[in-house]
Amino acid sequence: MTEAAQTRSPRRKRRIAWAPILALAPAAVVAVVVYIGAMLWTVRLSFTNSRMLPLLDYAGLAQYRRLFATERFTISAVNIVIFGVLFIVGALMLGFLLAVFIDQKVRAEGIFRTIFLYPYSMSFIVTGLAWQWFLNPQLGIQNTVRGFGFPNFTFDWIVNQDRVIYTLVIAAIWQASGLVMAILLAGLRGVDADLWKATKIDAIPTWRVYLSIILPLIAPMFVTASVLLAVAVAKLYDLVVAMTKGGPGISSEVPAKFIMDNFFERANVGLGSAAATVLLVTVIAILAPWLYSQHIANGKAS
Amino acid sequence: MRVMPHILGLAVSAALLSSPALAAEPLKAEVIHWWTSGGEAAAVKVFADAYDANGGQWVDSAIAGGDAARTAGINRIVGGNPPTMMQFNTGKQLDELVKNGLLANLDAEAAAGKWKDVLPKAILAASTRDGHFYALPVNIHGQNWLWYNTKVFADAGVAEPHSWSDILAAGDKLKAKGYIPFAHGGQPWQDHILFDAVLAGEGGSDLYLQVYGKDAQKAIADPKFAHVADVFHKLRDLMDSGMPGRNWNDATAMVITGKAGFQVMGDWAKGEFLAAGQTAGKEYNCIVPGQGGYVMGGDVFVFPLLKDANGQAAQAKLANLMFDPKVQIAFNMKKGSVPVRTDADGAGMDKCAQIGIASLKDPAKQLPSTSYLISPDEGGALDDVITQFLNTPAETTDDFVKKFSAAVKASG
Repeated sequence: MTEAAQTRSPRRKRRIAWAPILALAPAAVVAVVVYIGAMLWTVRLSFTNSRMLPLLDYAGLAQYRRLFATERFTISAVNIVIFGVLFIVGALMLGFLLAVFIDQKVRAEGIFRTIFLYPYSMSFIVTGLAWQWFLNPQLGIQNTVRGFGFPNFTFDWIVNQDRVIYTLVIAAIWQASGLVMAILLAGLRGVDADLWKATKIDAIPTWRVYLSIILPLIAPMFVTASVLLAVAVAKLYDLVVAMTKGGPGISSEVPAKFIMDNFFERANVGLGSAAATVLLVTVIAILAPWLYSQHIANGKAS
Repeated sequence: MRVMPHILGLAVSAALLSSPALAAEPLKAEVIHWWTSGGEAAAVKVFADAYDANGGQWVDSAIAGGDAARTAGINRIVGGNPPTMMQFNTGKQLDELVKNGLLANLDAEAAAGKWKDVLPKAILAASTRDGHFYALPVNIHGQNWLWYNTKVFADAGVAEPHSWSDILAAGDKLKAKGYIPFAHGGQPWQDHILFDAVLAGEGGSDLYLQVYGKDAQKAIADPKFAHVADVFHKLRDLMDSGMPGRNWNDATAMVITGKAGFQVMGDWAKGEFLAAGQTAGKEYNCIVPGQGGYVMGGDVFVFPLLKDANGQAAQAKLANLMFDPKVQIAFNMKKGSVPVRTDADGAGMDKCAQIGIASLKDPAKQLPSTSYLISPDEGGALDDVITQFLNTPAETTDDFVKKFSAAVKASG
C-alpha cells in the first residue's frame, strides 16, 4: 500500500496541477487586466494633461502639484480620516453592544435581529436622503422638538461647517452597525457553552467575561468586520452626495467625490487620476503592514 | 471602398422605406435631458408632443440634475451606445466632443432652416465649430434675474429694488417683518450664478468679461472686484439656515408661498411660478438688478454620430421640428425662457420675457454666461472657491480674492 501510494502520488500531482490552473485562469486574467491594468492606466493618466478624454502625453508632477494646492482636496483628506476613525470605532462598539444584547437570549430575538440588521439592507443613497430630512433644521428633529415646546432647541449640525462631518458618521454608523452585530453575533454563538458554565462556577461577573474572555475569542470576527467597514470608508461617496452634496460650502467633501467630479462633470481626467492615485497609495500604505504581519504570522504557524 | 457603406446604407434605407410594415413603424428617438421639475417637464412635453404628432416616437430619458445627465450621456457616447439626442450646455463643454468626432453635424438642417440668419451672434458662435453646426440651440435663459413676491414686499413696505445696495437694504426690512428675505438654494452652481449676478450688476459688464476673459488676473486685482466680493458675502446674512444643499425649485416655492421675499435665479424659475398659476407683475415680479448686463445661458441639444439610417432620420426630424417658430414659442412660454430665434414673435409673452427680448436686441447688454467663457474645469474650481466663501462667515475678502486668482491660474 505504502509503496503504491508513493509511486502514484507524484504522478497524480503532475496530472491534476493543470485543472485548478485552468479553472482559475479566467479569474486571474480578469484580475490582472481589469483591476491591475485599470490601476496602472489610472496611475499613467495622472502624469498627463488629460481633460475630458484620456491623452498620453507627459506632464510630470503638474497634476499632483495642483492637487495638493487645492483646498477642496486637503479638506477631503482630513474629512476621510475623521470619518474613518469615528465610523469604524463607533460601528464596532455599537455593533458589539447590540450583539451582546441579543446574546442574552431575549424574547422575540428574531424581531430585534431583523430590526437591527434592517438599515444595512438600504443603500447609502436612501440612508443619506432619510438622514438629510431628519437633520434638516426646518423639517426634522430640530423643528419637531421645537414644536413640542422647546423653542430654543438647536440641532443644526448638517448646516454647520464644523459639525457636518459628524452627521455623516452618525448616518453611516446607523446603517452599518447591524452588519457588525450579525457578524459578531455569529462569533458569540460559536463560543463553547462549557466556557460560560466554568465562569459561572468561578463567579466572574458577566461584563468581565465578555471583556477578558469572549472578546479575544472572537477577535477574528472583529477583523472581518473592520475590513468590511474600512472598504466602506475608502469608497464613501453616495452617502455624501445624498446627504450634504459636499456642503455647506466644501466642508463635507470626500476624496471619492473629488475624483468623480473631476473625472466627469469637470472634464479633468488628469487631476481626477492624480487624486485616485493618492487614494490608492494611501490604502496600500495602510494595508501593507497588516498584510505583512499576517504573512509573518502564517510563516511562523507553518 | 469608402463609398460602399453609403451605397449599402442607401440600399437598406430604400428597402426599409419600400416595405410598408416597417415604414409605418414610428421613428424612435431616445432623448436624454435633465428637465425634471414641474415647469421644465411641461416644457419638454411640447417637444415630445410635436415629435409624436409628426409620426415619431419620443422615448424620454430624463435624468435629474444636469451633472448626472451629462455624465450619463457622455459615458454612453464614449461607450458606443449613444442616445438619439441629448441635452447639453452651450459653450466650451462642447469642444472636446466635437474635436473627437463624436457628434453629427447639422449643416443640412441649418441650411434648410436658415439658422444662421435668425440666431443672435453669441449663440451662433456657441453652436458652431469651424463654421459647422454641432448643436441645436433651443432657448436663451437670462441667469441674473431677481424674482420677488409682490405681497411680501408690500407688507414689509419695500419698493422694487434696482441695485444690489437696494437689495441689501430691502433684505433688512424683510427680516424685521419676520420674513426670510432671500430664498437661496445653497448648491455650488447656484452660488456661482448668484456671484455672477452680483459681478455683472455691481461690477459692470466690462469687469465681468475681463474676469472670465484673457485679462483675468488684472481684473481680479481691481478694487471693484473686492467690492463685488463684499456685497456677495453680505447676502449670506439674508438667507435662512436651511439654505445649504437646497434645490433651486424648493427655494422658488418659498417665494411663491410667501415664506421668503425674493430669489436670484435664472428665468427657468418662471416655469415654477407659471405652474403655480401665478402671473408676472401680479403675484410676483422680476428685475435684472444692477447695471443691466443680461447674463445669457441657454440649452442646446446635440446629436451623437449614429450609424443607422433610422436614427439619422429621427435626428433630422427632431432638429427641424424643434427649431420651428411655432414650437419655439410654445416651448419657451412653458420654459420661462426666450426663443432663440430673433424673428420669433414674442408679443404674446409675459412681462419678464419682454424685458429679456428687449435686452437681447442690445448687443452691449449681452453677457455670455460662464459656460461660454471658461472650461468646465475652471468653472468647477471657481464653484469650490465661491461656495466656500458664501458658507464661511469668517473668510475675509482678501483670502477669497487670493483663492479666486489661484483657481483661475491653476485651471485657466
